[in-house]
Amino acid sequence: MPLFYEKKQLVIPGDLLAEGDYVSGDSTYKTDGKIYACRLGLVDYDGKRVHVVALKAFYIPVPGDLVIGNVVETTPGGWVIDIKAPHLARLRASDVVERSFKPETTDLPSIFDVGDLIIAKVVAYDRTRDPQLSVREPGLGKIMRGQLVEVTPTKIPRIIGRQGSMVGMIKRETGCQLTIGQNGLVLISGRSAEDERVAIMALRKIERESHTSGLTDKVTEMIRKERKAVESK
Amino acid sequence: MKANKKKPKKEGEKMTSKKSEKLIDKKGIRLDGRKVDELRPVKMEVGVLPNADGSAYLEQGRNKILVGVYGPKEAHPRHIAQQDRAVIQCRYHMAPFSVDERKSPAPSRRDIELSKVIREALEPAVFLEYYPRTSIQVYIEILQADGGTRCAGITTAALALADAGIPMRDLVVACAAGKAGGKIALDLMDTEDKVGEADVPVAFMPNLNAVTLLQMDGNLSVDEFNTAVDMAIGGCKKLYEIQKEALKSKYVSEGVKEE
Repeated sequence: MPLFYEKKQLVIPGDLLAEGDYVSGDSTYKTDGKIYACRLGLVDYDGKRVHVVALKAFYIPVPGDLVIGNVVETTPGGWVIDIKAPHLARLRASDVVERSFKPETTDLPSIFDVGDLIIAKVVAYDRTRDPQLSVREPGLGKIMRGQLVEVTPTKIPRIIGRQGSMVGMIKRETGCQLTIGQNGLVLISGRSAEDERVAIMALRKIERESHTSGLTDKVTEMIRKERKAVESK
Repeated sequence: MKANKKKPKKEGEKMTSKKSEKLIDKKGIRLDGRKVDELRPVKMEVGVLPNADGSAYLEQGRNKILVGVYGPKEAHPRHIAQQDRAVIQCRYHMAPFSVDERKSPAPSRRDIELSKVIREALEPAVFLEYYPRTSIQVYIEILQADGGTRCAGITTAALALADAGIPMRDLVVACAAGKAGGKIALDLMDTEDKVGEADVPVAFMPNLNAVTLLQMDGNLSVDEFNTAVDMAIGGCKKLYEIQKEALKSKYVSEGVKEE
């Protein structure tokens, strides 16, 4: 049962990663007991599971995911929302409007209009139908302020860190509120533009160096340095 | 160019024997100084277009090709969507300035045909069944043409698809072999293609050892054909190494180091 690559080695689609009794994880596929990479990325082994952390990928909705989307259309029954997935998502008006919803009397654009950004949760998706969203939970709904940063969806777990250690640190150090959409969009809202700038820098650093170890400490150091530099001016 | 091929061939029937001698000299050196089993100098670059989801650029001899990829995203118009898989919308297009005589920018019969064969050469490599009802758009722009653009287009398109993060079974790499000046030669350029006797483009998936495109234009004996296919696959394997490097180097330069 050989493994053909070391952990964190760069592989391209079609590279043979492992043979024999292994389980195919993200960005890999298995045929005839052989596991191949199907995306450009870094190999990782997790017991019997072989997977590739793709350097670039697109978002595939999973029920329960928090996502940030852009309203692209209002229809009589609800809204069409772009969540940067292969399919446009739907948000039903009857799930948003309190009590009885009547398409002929309710003014939907007054709730969400085209161009609004919303935080929502994926409630259903199975590839045969468009993803369904919901905003019926505290913290969901229209985004009123802040800055959006886009990262590759595969880097989101790194931004969150182990049990949220990375986001927790960024929130503490910069004093910004971070809302992480699983679809690769991160909303940052801080007390000042300066706080937000530092938080964005931190995210960019994580995206660039996501494969290195001890990243949390490096980012902490960078944020503190950046703060000091600004204070001394 | 293949489009102009039919005519000059008929007119040049008599010339063939004379010109054939010139295509490869006594020492086995071709018009551009290559040996019969030598590729043209190749350069590949990945991620050259920031606005596209994936992109790649290739130079092979005097060929210059740019490919942009979008998707998978909602298929438009709606009726082209398939319920059980994604569709690849492929456009092979030659720029008006890509050839000696200005080419009309409107898609020609040849452009449409090549779009189809390139699409069919790429389809087996992509996991289309993962993303039903969507479309993946592949735009292949030939900026400068010097023979073998369909092959170069496939090689570049595979890089752009991989760059877009679209899951693939393997990269696709294509190369032609043919007969020019009475000899089987690798990677024919424009003159060899037009004046020569035959051209065999082959697209190949190196890790799966599978051919996804095989065409022949002209006349070859069975033995010659087999030699040409073997030679083309050999060329594909060499190009694959360059393709690999191109794909990896983009990310190495972005700070991801191989450890």
